[in-house]
Amino acid sequence: MTINIPTPLRAYAAGSDCATVEAATVAEALQALTDMHPEMRKHLFTPEGKVRSFVNLYLNDEDVRYLPAKEQTVVTDKDTLSIIPSIAGGD
Amino acid sequence: MPHPFAFFLANGWETHAPNRPQSGLLMSELRLTQAIYDQIRAHGEQTYPHECCGALLGRLTPQGWQVEAAVPAGNTRTDSAHNRYQIAPLELVKIEREARRHGLDIAGFYHSHPDHPAQWSQTDFAEAHWLGCSYVITEVANGRAAVTNSFHLAGASEEEKSFELETIAVEG
Repeated sequence: MTINIPTPLRAYAAGSDCATVEAATVAEALQALTDMHPEMRKHLFTPEGKVRSFVNLYLNDEDVRYLPAKEQTVVTDKDTLSIIPSIAGGD
Repeated sequence: MPHPFAFFLANGWETHAPNRPQSGLLMSELRLTQAIYDQIRAHGEQTYPHECCGALLGRLTPQGWQVEAAVPAGNTRTDSAHNRYQIAPLELVKIEREARRHGLDIAGFYHSHPDHPAQWSQTDFAEAHWLGCSYVITEVANGRAAVTNSFHLAGASEEEKSFELETIAVEG
């Protein structure tokens, strides 16, 4: 499957804007991504291994945190996982 | 506080708010056309007294981001739109998808501060996670766009991040 890498994380992926991985689930895909690019791990996960609160994961157009199986959701090679850091603010 | 200097670049781009961070290194530069600059500011006037927000699409150069398009986005903070904004992640997914089709990256974001200075707030800082990108803020005073500033989100990690004022270079 394809993982789209957002601008802030490309420096930790050798400048790539996407990665192609073999995986059966979302969790396996993230593991494969961080196996390829170990520096990315701390930017995606807390020391306890949970996805950082400001990191949104979308499997195609679905927010992974709201899928019934969450990160254990099964994926196919036609799926795309997007990593999208939150954007918010105000005065 | 007066700026140390102002200059016109050889290719006709006017540079706004030049300055140097305390490190003494040249600051990064956000380059965009007059049309995009005007569009960002006009968006803030249209949504006043609420904050506007949107994404900037472009290409990274050694000097900083070259913005090719500004994409208005919805503000999901309808509970406090006069002083808060948030772009729905799904909207960003779609914006990024479309950007990729055109060979562009998400270069940063813009939003407005109704009747509030064009300076990043603690909320802006706490919610900034797009390291290496530009955050453009426009003060909209009494419904009219006033100062526009851009801040580069520097740092190698969330724990080391900092906002650095950057130059806005407007073409034309």
